[in-house]
Amino acid sequence: MGRYIVQRLFLLIPTFVGVTLVGFLVMHLAPGDPAELRAAGGLGGAREGAISRNKQGGVDEALSQWRKQYGLDRPLPIQYAVWLKNLVTLNFGESFKDNQSVWNKIIERVPVTVKLNVFSLLLVYLIAIPLGIYSATHSNSLGDQITTLVAFVLFAVPLIWAATMAIVFICGGDFLYLFPPAGLESLDYSSHWSLWRKLKDQAWHIFLPVVLLSYDGFAGLSRYMRASMLEVMGQDFVQMARAKGLQERVVIFKHVLRNSLIPQVTILASILPGLIGGSVIIETIFSIPGLGQLGYESVLARDYPTVLALFTVSAILTLIGILISDLLLAVVDPRIAFGRRQ
Amino acid sequence: MSSMQSNTASVDAMRPETSLTHAAAGEGLWSNVWKQFRRDPIALAGLYVVCILVTMALFADFLANDKPYYSFYKGKIYFPIFRSYLVGVGLAHWPAELQNVDFKKLEGATQVFPPVPYRPGNIDLLVPYETPSKKHWFGTDKLGRDIMAGMIHGSRISLSIGFVAVGIAVIIGVILGALAGYFGSWVDLVISRLFEIMLSIPTFFLLITVAALLPPSIFLTMTIIGLTSWVGIARFARNEFLRIRNLDYVTAAIALGVSNRKIMFKHILPNALAPVIVSVVLGVAGAILIESSLSFLGIGVPAELVTWGSILHEASSATFAWWLAVFPGAAIFVTVLAYYLVGEGLREVLDPRLRGLR
Repeated sequence: MGRYIVQRLFLLIPTFVGVTLVGFLVMHLAPGDPAELRAAGGLGGAREGAISRNKQGGVDEALSQWRKQYGLDRPLPIQYAVWLKNLVTLNFGESFKDNQSVWNKIIERVPVTVKLNVFSLLLVYLIAIPLGIYSATHSNSLGDQITTLVAFVLFAVPLIWAATMAIVFICGGDFLYLFPPAGLESLDYSSHWSLWRKLKDQAWHIFLPVVLLSYDGFAGLSRYMRASMLEVMGQDFVQMARAKGLQERVVIFKHVLRNSLIPQVTILASILPGLIGGSVIIETIFSIPGLGQLGYESVLARDYPTVLALFTVSAILTLIGILISDLLLAVVDPRIAFGRRQ
Repeated sequence: MSSMQSNTASVDAMRPETSLTHAAAGEGLWSNVWKQFRRDPIALAGLYVVCILVTMALFADFLANDKPYYSFYKGKIYFPIFRSYLVGVGLAHWPAELQNVDFKKLEGATQVFPPVPYRPGNIDLLVPYETPSKKHWFGTDKLGRDIMAGMIHGSRISLSIGFVAVGIAVIIGVILGALAGYFGSWVDLVISRLFEIMLSIPTFFLLITVAALLPPSIFLTMTIIGLTSWVGIARFARNEFLRIRNLDYVTAAIALGVSNRKIMFKHILPNALAPVIVSVVLGVAGAILIESSLSFLGIGVPAELVTWGSILHEASSATFAWWLAVFPGAAIFVTVLAYYLVGEGLREVLDPRLRGLR
């Protein structure tokens, strides 16, 4: 097992280099280099778009200074190497917007987004797996057909629509006020509250974003689960288990379920990038101070270093997710780790 | 040379049967697909919706326009909508008395207007946030622009996304998938790594980053969507090429010395199309979802362009205006659902092995 982990880690290296290379190239895709962007950003920050002619010389001087500071006067491969080195030492530079360390800005917001995504993943699996089991064991019954239909329709509901409808109809607009329209805690939230009250307040705030973030995940996963269960149920060993007189419950939960769970673990890796994209939308709509909102604000403000750092961080988070799902797969299905060793 | 050609023809004849088991002799694959597809009422309903959307997009100018179809003014007959097309290509020009006029305010004119007598850009500050009424079927936004008109013209964007974004994704995906599946060994290894990289990139974040760095343009946005969404298609294409490449008829073609390019695109591709086409149709739905999310966030789309996503965005800041949330969102939903239904119907027909999977 230990060897398998090391092996997987090594296999991640080319992917990691590729992802960072894409990030780096995107940086150079923009018209003008980061120095010019910084100049533009700085001017935008000073709320003055235009610049007088006699100051142009000063700007040029500043530009060349910045270029030197960022190493932009050096050839591209060296720039990439330097950037990679900074990345490994977690030095993402400073934000164009407020000159704060980008790393600190990100670290501040990681817990919020991770919390949101972990809850969503839990919800996805907690709903999808039982639903898939039900659909497969009652295949083609009315219940299965309804589940299939609902999952199919849910899958087509755009997240932006679901979220906007929630804001308009159940978040204290002119209609119902069931859930708060923004934030992760009430305005009068204080640390003096009892633990129960704190938990209740937080749960009330996070409920809607988590549900919205996960509904298309569980719609998709329950379909996968159903298909996977049906496939395993068609195999000989299941018939064998039934033939030797095992109870149906034992057949389903001990023999079929375990085997059909294996592919579901890998799906974790494909849900994750979607969740990160979804948190940009959800955090923006519900004003939740997480990575997604930071990303959106930085993109609008052309805060280049932050955008790039966020891109890299979310890619790394995704890679970690893939790694975890690989390892989980080896735990659920020992054949995988053994197979690789030979 | 001619013997070579006849040999190739015999290779064609050796093509294995596709997954369509009921294919009658002498019948084309696609006419058979259509025959089976037609039997599925739900998929057919999806196809009808797609057709309606295409029609709506093509004839948007005739459904929602501030100019009349027909106008009888000062003793003369005009067809202003048609004329505006001619003016657009420089074949005609407006008479002086009709230049830059508001046709609705022409006095003493007999006119026939389209069902929605507004264009999406028509600002009327006297009627901001009007609830749906006889005058404005789907209400108006904060600038008094008619929502129905915006939605009709917005359907053009979802249609062109189908062509541009998915077109690009198909070209990249099929070529890369074909190379990986056909050549195998190190080519496959390199390209598969590329798939892995694309899969671990948070695509949506890459999209908003790129879209924010480039000047806002809807076609640029579509191109970026295409450039980031080819992995699904490529993986299907790769698997199919990998499978078909080992069939006897391909071995025969290789033995005959048919060029690699010809084998890949003339002999394998037609047989590999089935799962690719399904992922293309589903890809259109995905591209529409992404575009609407981007214009919802106001990234990559010019501010003055009215899209389904941009109308929906207005609702999130004006929560009392429920019509801004309900109608454009429902339009995206129905469109996406329709493409899903068509894709799922095609999958049932083309590839029974994949049934029930997403």
